[in-house]
Amino acid sequence: MKRSRLWAWSLFGIGAAYFLIPLIATFEFSLRMRRGAYSWDAYAAVFADPRFQATFSYSAFIALCTIVVGILLVVPAAYFVRLRLPHLRPIIEFVTLLPLIIPPIILVFGYIRLYNSSSWLPFTGSALATDLLLVFAYATLSLPLMYRAVDTGLRTIDVGTLTEAATILGANQVTILARIILPNILIAVLSGAFLTFAIVMGEFVIASLLSRPAFGPYLQLIGANRAYEPAALAIISFIITWGAMGTIQLLARFAPKTAARID
Amino acid sequence: MAEQFLSIEKIVKSFGGNTVVHGVDLGFGKGEFISLLGPSGCGKTTILRMIAGFERPTAGRIVVEGKDITHLSPNQRKIGMVFQAYALFPNMNVADNIGFGLKVAGIPRDKARARVAEMLALIGLSGFEKRFPFELSGGQQQRVALARALAPRPRMLLLDEPLSALDAKIRVSLREQIRAIQRELGITTIFVTHDQEEALSISDRIVVLNAGKVEQFGTPFEVYNRPASRFVATFVGTLNTLQATVADAAKKTVAIDGQVVTIPALPATARSGETVALTMRPEAIAIANGVPRDIVLDGTVSEVNFLGSVIRLKIDLGANAINLDIFNDQHTPPPAHGTPVRIGIASGDVLVLDG
Amino acid sequence: MSNSPSTANPAAVSAGPVATGPVGGSAAKLFLLPAGLLGVAPFLIFAVMFLIAPTLYLVTAAFVDSAGNITIDNILALSDPQIVSAYDISLRISLASAGIGAAIGLAIALAVIRGGLPPQLRAALMTFSGVASNFAGVPLAFAFLATLGRLGLVTIILRTVFGVDLYRSGFNILSFWGLTITYLYFQIPLMIVIIAPAIDGLRREWSEAAATLGAKPWQFWRYVGLPVLWPNLLGTLSLLFANAFGAIATAYALTGSSLNIVPILLYAQIRGDVLHNPGLGAALALGMIVITAFANVIYLVIRTRAERWLK
Repeated sequence: MKRSRLWAWSLFGIGAAYFLIPLIATFEFSLRMRRGAYSWDAYAAVFADPRFQATFSYSAFIALCTIVVGILLVVPAAYFVRLRLPHLRPIIEFVTLLPLIIPPIILVFGYIRLYNSSSWLPFTGSALATDLLLVFAYATLSLPLMYRAVDTGLRTIDVGTLTEAATILGANQVTILARIILPNILIAVLSGAFLTFAIVMGEFVIASLLSRPAFGPYLQLIGANRAYEPAALAIISFIITWGAMGTIQLLARFAPKTAARID
Repeated sequence: MAEQFLSIEKIVKSFGGNTVVHGVDLGFGKGEFISLLGPSGCGKTTILRMIAGFERPTAGRIVVEGKDITHLSPNQRKIGMVFQAYALFPNMNVADNIGFGLKVAGIPRDKARARVAEMLALIGLSGFEKRFPFELSGGQQQRVALARALAPRPRMLLLDEPLSALDAKIRVSLREQIRAIQRELGITTIFVTHDQEEALSISDRIVVLNAGKVEQFGTPFEVYNRPASRFVATFVGTLNTLQATVADAAKKTVAIDGQVVTIPALPATARSGETVALTMRPEAIAIANGVPRDIVLDGTVSEVNFLGSVIRLKIDLGANAINLDIFNDQHTPPPAHGTPVRIGIASGDVLVLDG
Repeated sequence: MSNSPSTANPAAVSAGPVATGPVGGSAAKLFLLPAGLLGVAPFLIFAVMFLIAPTLYLVTAAFVDSAGNITIDNILALSDPQIVSAYDISLRISLASAGIGAAIGLAIALAVIRGGLPPQLRAALMTFSGVASNFAGVPLAFAFLATLGRLGLVTIILRTVFGVDLYRSGFNILSFWGLTITYLYFQIPLMIVIIAPAIDGLRREWSEAAATLGAKPWQFWRYVGLPVLWPNLLGTLSLLFANAFGAIATAYALTGSSLNIVPILLYAQIRGDVLHNPGLGAALALGMIVITAFANVIYLVIRTRAERWLK
């Protein structure tokens, strides 16, 4: 028994080392900008860069739009599939798994070919339309996360009974979704939202190929041209990801555990 | 007991600072069917898991056939075990489940196959070889689990509440089947349950446990009829408790709601005016017509519960009420609600518990 | 009461009629069906427009030449040595990072969940894995350059303290192994995140039952533990594979276009038609789709076979 625990500890130790050493190394590297002494110069340089501010806020805005689009698409679909159209479930689940199988570069390649400026739906014709396409592309990438988060949330509440109760009280479908279902699965939806945020903030290939001034291409550009700023940016990105995931963990504690049905 | 197959010697088990088994001493003979009976948290499952080897005793030892097995790992003990939730391997069919113990022991394939067939016949599931666990009912799964435990010919069988996940009807038939198989194989069996009826019906002897201590160890007859403690008396079977006042300690008379009766079993320490609790089983009480009983009480029928072959009546005596069972007689309807009745109790069936 | 017009909310009519009482039961259901379809329709239309149509478009484009005629020349052109070697190295990196990531991730998850370690450790591991599995792309490349690059901390420490010169001994962060090690940074945590619930599904009684039947721990894992986890393991493996196969940002940020993997080749083709044939780009994409789809078909086939005992 003692020996097996030693074995478990050493495996955990190796894993921990593998994941912590790059973080430590990156952090150390990010402090090396000033010759001969550790300093925050790289961070100061990054934050002072107007392109950092511009691309960061652009990506954050796109991320928020993506989350809104994702919620509007996924919540009604997941709700009605659970409530009235269970036979559609395999189709919907298959669709939500596709973005995990089809690489993003394939999707964006398809968009560029299908929605070019001379096509029937010229998404790439203007900057604004391309921004919209970028949002749709990210919403596509976030489908698996969003759908799974929302479906898990719906499973913990009794959708059928809540709907019937609200219906008897005279609520219509839109009211039920917006005022009954959504608040009840808010925490699940927020989990999906934060995950989406983390992914959109770092995404490179779609933004780059659609030529949008997003954070991911900016990161790549800095990486190709600077020495120490990339390490600082990596730490900043890690903190963003950590913040998003930490918030999800925190939210999970408030998730409703009552009314869970055995199914 | 001269020759003991399994002895548990001064076993103590603590989890952190919490002691759940307090120095239990027990000895079982070969081929016995023993039940460990008690409410949840009484330590019965912990004792069973220590016998199986999943828990190490904090102190004390476990001896099987004269050999100390306390520090043997579970896979060296040759003890079969059946779990509450079946615990069949979901990826194996019935035959592979039953044959698992033979496979890991390196028994040749044809021999193992014959043994599996023998086991399937024993549990009455011949022809189910290729079924997977999810294709079986709960009762069938538990029978397969029993066959799996028995297939490698263990020297002892441990059953951890094997019936509690099953429907009432299957529970009764399976417990009869378990007992029959146990008799046929003569295998020493320890059965953990919180259901006193189950323990009474199936066991050679019963260990009644409470809060990590043995309250009583005896045959079902002894445990039911001569409970060693108030806990045993109330935990095993249905019990009537009447609050009575000692009328005259010297004459051993007590007053039950004003009716004075003589209780020979009244302890010498009882004082006049003191309150005592008289307990008796429902079947020890009869409606006093014909059969002479030395204690006679008058009351009125306040409830009639028709249970089938037996009718349980609740008789109001004033502040006290008493339950009694009469047999159903298709020619005589049971007494109606509110009927005055006279009941008789044999004073020898009355147990006196203090306070 | 069900026939009294609902004055409370006129919007009810436009959003699809709502059952107003028990009398309307079955009729209401008929009315509600369109409402349900209305809720699902945007999702399905969106999926067709941004997921299925673009993919199918590329699939068909792979069989069309620049004049619009049906051809298989694009597919045949994939035999170009540069393209073949790109597929080769992509496949090897994806297989290695998925296989090694799955094995290590499984071992760590097993150690932490079933190795008798303190439960707080598990919570910490799960949180960290959630973060690390999403820490991919460009920043990950930066982190590994700062760790194992020529001036990386580990490279320097190995050289100055242990006297091991990684780069002189043939290692390069811009190589097959460099990229594989980098990918493992998100592959291992992803494995842990996905497989942990499956390991929780291994009931304690199974290993106890196996032990009472005389099985040694390795026999339990050989005959029960791993076979039960098998469908989940394979599913995760195919996911890890697709994850690595389609990844470009990390590789591109690490190596620029110097490492010849399929996504980078495709990226360059989309940007500047380096292959001088739009149809060939579509064929390249088709190859990627076929390979990731194939990985998932293998998984589905094995899963179906395992389904004999899966409920």
